[in-house]
Amino acid sequence: MTRRLLTGNAAAAWGARLAGVDYVPAFPITPQTEIIETLAHWTDTGELDCRLVTLESEHSMATAAGAAAATGVRVFTATSSQGLLYAMEMLYTVAGWRAPFVLVNVSRGLSAPITLEPDHNDILAARDSGFLQIHCATCQEVLDSVLLAFRLAEDQRVRLPVIVNMDGFYLSFTREPVEIPNGDKARGFVGTFESGMQKFRASAPVSQAVVVLGGSPYSYFRYEMHLASLNGLMVYDEVADEFARTCGRRHEAVEVFRTEDAEFVFVMIGSFALKAKDAVDRLRDAGVKIGLVRPRLLRPFPEARLREALLGKKGAAVIDQNISLGKGGVLFTELASALYGQKDAPVLTSFIGGLGGRDLAPEEFYEMAAITRQAAESGQAPPPRLLYTEEELREVRKLQAIAQVERGRLGLEDKTR
Amino acid sequence: MYRLRFHGRGGQGMKTASRLLGTAFFLAGFEVQDAPRYGAERRGAPIFAYVRASRTPINERGIIRRPDLVIVADETLVSIPAAGVLAGITPRTVLLISSREKNAVWRERLNLAGPVLTLPRAAALTDPHELRFIGAACAGAAARLVGVIPRDCLAQAIREELAHLGEAVVARDLDAALGAYDLMEENAGCVTEVPEPSAATYDKPHWIDLPFDGANLAAPDIFTPASSAQVPTGLWRTVRPVIDHDRCHRCAWICSTLCPDSTITVNAEGYPQIDYEHCKGCLICMTSCPAHAIRAVPEEEAAGDEVVGGGD
Repeated sequence: MTRRLLTGNAAAAWGARLAGVDYVPAFPITPQTEIIETLAHWTDTGELDCRLVTLESEHSMATAAGAAAATGVRVFTATSSQGLLYAMEMLYTVAGWRAPFVLVNVSRGLSAPITLEPDHNDILAARDSGFLQIHCATCQEVLDSVLLAFRLAEDQRVRLPVIVNMDGFYLSFTREPVEIPNGDKARGFVGTFESGMQKFRASAPVSQAVVVLGGSPYSYFRYEMHLASLNGLMVYDEVADEFARTCGRRHEAVEVFRTEDAEFVFVMIGSFALKAKDAVDRLRDAGVKIGLVRPRLLRPFPEARLREALLGKKGAAVIDQNISLGKGGVLFTELASALYGQKDAPVLTSFIGGLGGRDLAPEEFYEMAAITRQAAESGQAPPPRLLYTEEELREVRKLQAIAQVERGRLGLEDKTR
Repeated sequence: MYRLRFHGRGGQGMKTASRLLGTAFFLAGFEVQDAPRYGAERRGAPIFAYVRASRTPINERGIIRRPDLVIVADETLVSIPAAGVLAGITPRTVLLISSREKNAVWRERLNLAGPVLTLPRAAALTDPHELRFIGAACAGAAARLVGVIPRDCLAQAIREELAHLGEAVVARDLDAALGAYDLMEENAGCVTEVPEPSAATYDKPHWIDLPFDGANLAAPDIFTPASSAQVPTGLWRTVRPVIDHDRCHRCAWICSTLCPDSTITVNAEGYPQIDYEHCKGCLICMTSCPAHAIRAVPEEEAAGDEVVGGGD
């Protein structure tokens, strides 16, 4: 094993390389492009024996990925944000084909207004597609999760595609030390793709997308996907165990950090959870019994693990780097449903932060902990809070004032204001 | 933990500088995080890159709010608020500016409580291509200022990170970096790791409840047409193309067509003219001019020179 500095994007490419992928359909988008550039370079130099094809859109890319996986070859692809949404129709479709492959999504906030920086609304838009989802907090996890994802996707009990998610910029462009597993070891762990009946050939046509009417067969096929996804919980634990034995690193479906004697916890996904770890350490130094619970697996939803980690705690601050417009934080909603009616459930507080890459300050973690403690003491959770400061609004007001002047200059004054 | 920030312009090698320093730290036994930060990629626009280095695993992410060391590769950025060069500077932040001016000049200009140092340019920049080694020089200087990176770790970092550019380039970068490393001898180790404030006595964030604003105010619209012309993208230029009319053949359709920003127009006599308000200094005109009538002049030499211009 070699330990070296890699970006999250390079780590994802290493994952695909070590898994020995056969086919990579590609389409560029910031902040993902470095992944396919790296794979293209290795394909050129012969370091990676695979076929890389650039498609004309993400919609075609997802189609090609599903179609290739249906022939029984190992497929890897990557996208981000608008690209994932452009492929959305096909994400649902190829999952329905039960075509297993791995897609890395580099999270980036959705338009409009357009941005390049991360939040999780892109990946959560694919939440119900049938793809399993692994969310990473470090570049090491990105590499390891790609390997885990192939095992998970290709397992006969699952046979669904998997998305490995990392945050744009905070992981995609950030280098940190990553241990690259030995090639033979990694290959031994991932194994070969035993596609069974799934060997689509030009000479032997198979229809993968049948029409079913009347609801009953449709319900059957969709519910089978649901059961397969749920099987992912058990299969994930098996492959994570095996990975720990082979490569020495354990990646639980739900990471828990300093939770054992904790009265309070932060709950969040993605790379900002590392900041929460730092806040936990500092709050512990200040005498606050707090920990962190971080689901890595979001689909299937590791409900039992989360209950195990949270029941008996006094309070949990759920920090969502997403917003379901007209409702609120998605993780908060999901967690509330997992804990509803359970004995000794903690009081949940809801925070929305980090939209479009907006930074979370250490002081904000300390304040969220304080608010959660007060909520637990009073038994009354405050309304959800957007992490947004007076200073930030002042900046926006300044820009709006300039826009208003321009509007006036153009004779577009708004008489209704 | 060390927290360092490099400021420069797209194309000046700030991402590379952060990688050179990051790898040098890593080779010296540190845990490292390094990353560039920019918007839509563009040459000459202000960008920054940062490095964190610690003896223990790093549980921080994203931009550095309170840097221990700020390195500025391009002094013209100091006066551009959007570049954020001085963001989060505290009395103990060391500021290093690559400049021909003396330390005292910058101290007086900036009036900062903390130490201000300059990294002198090795020679007059007669060759604009020398500018591309500024990133390595900045990394070398930073390595010495933190004082925990041995010279051979710096050299090895440069060989590893830049090997793909060939031996000649590696040699020039080694010269630039090690030269700057040696120049900073007097201030070796002046950068100190300062712990973050405790969670027991923190300043409360000033959170507010966002008020509802009507869609006529809260929709992300721009009301002014053709506003991009008002952005002086010429400020992004590090090198300026200058047309020599004595050599120009007036085949102006070549340079004016190939300019990706349409900044070259043709005057009444048929000579091309460059709009320096918007020319970003990509030098495509220079490389495509059949008569070799366009030369490149470093912006800091050309700025203010009345004679240099579009030709009239």
